[in-house]
Amino acid sequence: MSDAIRADGLVKTFGATRALDGLDLTVRVGEVHGFLGPNGAGKSTTLRILLGLMRADAGRATVLGGEAWRDATALHRRLAYVPGDVTLWPNLSGGEAIDLLGRLRGGLDPRRRAELLDRFDLDPRRKARSYSKGNRQKVALVAALASNVELLMLDEPTSGLDPLMEEQFREVIREEQRRDGRTVLLSSHILAEVEALCARVTIIRGGRTVEAGSLDEMRHLTRTSVTADLTATADTAATAAGLAGLSGVHALSADGDRITFEVDAGALTPALARLAAAGVRGLVSRPPTLEELFLGRYDRGGDAPAWAPR
Amino acid sequence: MTSLRGTGALTRLALRRDRVLLPIWIYTVGIIPVSLAVSFAHLYPTAADRTGFAATSARNGTFTALYGRLSGSSLGELVAWRGGFLPIVSGLLSLLVVIRHTRAEEEAGRRELIGSTAVGRQAGLAAALVVAFGANLGTALVTAVVLSLRGLPVAGSVAVGLEGAAAGWIFAAVGAVAAQLTAAAGAARGIAVGVLAASWAARIVGDRGGSVTPGGPGGALEWLSWVSPIGLVQRVHPYAGPSGARVWWVFGVAAGVAVALVAVAAALSARRDLGAGLLGDRLGPPAASSAFRSPWALAWRLHRGLLAAWVVGFALLGLVFGSVANGVTDLVGDNPGLRETFARLGGRQGLVDAYLATVMSLLGMIVAGYAIQAVLRLRAEEVSGRAEAVLASAVGRSRWAASHLVFAALGPTVAMLLAGTVTGLVHGAAAGRVGRETTHAVGAAAVELPAVAVLAALALALFGLAPRLWPVSWGALAGCLLLGVVGSGLNLSHWLVDVSPFTHTTRPPGGSVAATPLVVLGLLAATLAAAGLVGLRRRDLPTA
Repeated sequence: MSDAIRADGLVKTFGATRALDGLDLTVRVGEVHGFLGPNGAGKSTTLRILLGLMRADAGRATVLGGEAWRDATALHRRLAYVPGDVTLWPNLSGGEAIDLLGRLRGGLDPRRRAELLDRFDLDPRRKARSYSKGNRQKVALVAALASNVELLMLDEPTSGLDPLMEEQFREVIREEQRRDGRTVLLSSHILAEVEALCARVTIIRGGRTVEAGSLDEMRHLTRTSVTADLTATADTAATAAGLAGLSGVHALSADGDRITFEVDAGALTPALARLAAAGVRGLVSRPPTLEELFLGRYDRGGDAPAWAPR
Repeated sequence: MTSLRGTGALTRLALRRDRVLLPIWIYTVGIIPVSLAVSFAHLYPTAADRTGFAATSARNGTFTALYGRLSGSSLGELVAWRGGFLPIVSGLLSLLVVIRHTRAEEEAGRRELIGSTAVGRQAGLAAALVVAFGANLGTALVTAVVLSLRGLPVAGSVAVGLEGAAAGWIFAAVGAVAAQLTAAAGAARGIAVGVLAASWAARIVGDRGGSVTPGGPGGALEWLSWVSPIGLVQRVHPYAGPSGARVWWVFGVAAGVAVALVAVAAALSARRDLGAGLLGDRLGPPAASSAFRSPWALAWRLHRGLLAAWVVGFALLGLVFGSVANGVTDLVGDNPGLRETFARLGGRQGLVDAYLATVMSLLGMIVAGYAIQAVLRLRAEEVSGRAEAVLASAVGRSRWAASHLVFAALGPTVAMLLAGTVTGLVHGAAAGRVGRETTHAVGAAAVELPAVAVLAALALALFGLAPRLWPVSWGALAGCLLLGVVGSGLNLSHWLVDVSPFTHTTRPPGGSVAATPLVVLGLLAATLAAAGLVGLRRRDLPTA
């Protein structure tokens, strides 16, 4: 059993809206998996199907070896979920809500609870009605992180937290990883967060998976941007024309003796060979950020572009 | 007046949200006086009948507590007196509507979004008051028109309408003040309802001390009735009371009180922060007690306030109805024609039993409201997203639903049986037959429970199978009330009246409740509940 979560071809329609349209998701045991997509892409719907709160119209969803819908209650003992929009019972104190949620899952570690309250700077005596969105989120996070569970499912868990608390959250997730290798499914649209925490990501759009794999792999499969300053004696125009002739070189521009372009991983060697032949004074190459991956996917309307073989 | 900018838009928003509630309120409360006029004219057709009835009623302390002091024996005066509970109803509806559109909005966080737009600081409060004041005015208009059409003096009919409206205005303003005090809408409602209850109590004490002849002099504590808004508006004497003239200036005083309270609310509102109350929110425990660890414990926390309110309320109603039962025989004793009518209605087992059956049927319909409310907590938990947190833990759907349904089943049962017990004890103690009366009253209460269960199970079936249609459960209850309260007077076809489950639990004149319909109702309730639970297990949560 090496996959904590496996979803194949999930379809879910709400009336005329097709919220999920053949979504695939695989999360390996022990990894922090980023689940990326713009608002309305179907992230929360996917999580609800994985939790057995909603039933998929088609496709299979397996969580921790069990069938998500059929075995929901038994599986919930082994996982903790933080919803995207945390609502609490207004007349319970934060501490009561944390204890209740933890106990309903099968118990929580009191030492870890105290430590997390301290780190997230949360006053557990305040009534839930007086909490801000961020504080309600902290209540759900403390209850989830202090629970003795194998899998954490977090739906945009930092959307209400301030930058200091966001950093604290990242720190805690990294510790979780180091300490006991819990599996984390982190749904987010904050790219920096996913980039900092996740080795593997799944990017969805319009209810469909457009990209899945390790970040390294994805970077490898996508364009690198290159800026080269040629030597004074080099023929910039000829070099640029040569580069333009290569398949896999895009967005080429030449200005004086500076050439900038983007290049697919497969065309990197011939491109560099051309530059070397012309004579290079300086070279900067930058791998794509997750943001560029993300934007690249969405600009293209979700169709797999030529430069991203799957 | 930039602080009022946007009041018009917010008023339209409130009207849109209350587009069902307001017409029902205006129409129902508005026509009650004319229905009283019809029934008085039917039961006491001659002036002599009415004088006799008035003389007996003025002596009845319970009637005075419920309706206020009787100022004469004309048809109009009887209607105005018997409608003496309407200012309380108008007051209650008004304060609830004002808090719903002010503090409840603020607590839900919607006020914040509105507040960030080009809307003045006081616009929300002003819009809520406009809606409440307008609804009361509408009610007054309906009352005045239908009573006049019925042939009662026009000036008096206008005054009866304004009596309820004036109480509504004062308590709308009380609600506005209460909404400024606490951060929680529930606590604000508690304060405002407490003021209403205190006003009623002051009116009862003030009215009880006086003369026992209609229109006679008041007692030493009558000033309490003048201080109480409920007592104040009743001092208008719409159809020319003891002094021979209606007291129009009372409306001036009432309007002055309402305006002063609105000014207080506006001043408090201008002084405080959004979301904050003037009374601070107390801190809770930093950790849950070790017993707080199951869906049952959570449901107890969520339901206990409602349960306590209903149980206490029904015990008090039992007290009232039990003591009225003592007076039923007095009233009828004076009127041979009426005695005959009641004997026909009451059948062989006597007048009091017929009265108890009627009262318990009414209580059964009221307690069905509690049952529906408790079932629909499930929907409220679902829509708010709190159910998701529980269902994403190791709590299955059936167990989660059961934790709430326990209260929907046991709460109304306890309230109903308690009301029956108290009614029986109070009446039995006065009549010297505690054992017999208590058994009869509890029995009369118990037979209503299968009908209550049918309505609760209908709400559950809707929740499980068609959650968006949950308001239909309230519509069903309204239908039962309509058939039960006015249906018998309208000569509706049996087929239609039989649709209401309460038709089958109320003892027919001269007979007893048959066991078969009760069993059928029980089975129907079980089927609906089972269908609802199966639906819940199969559907998406949340279903928007």
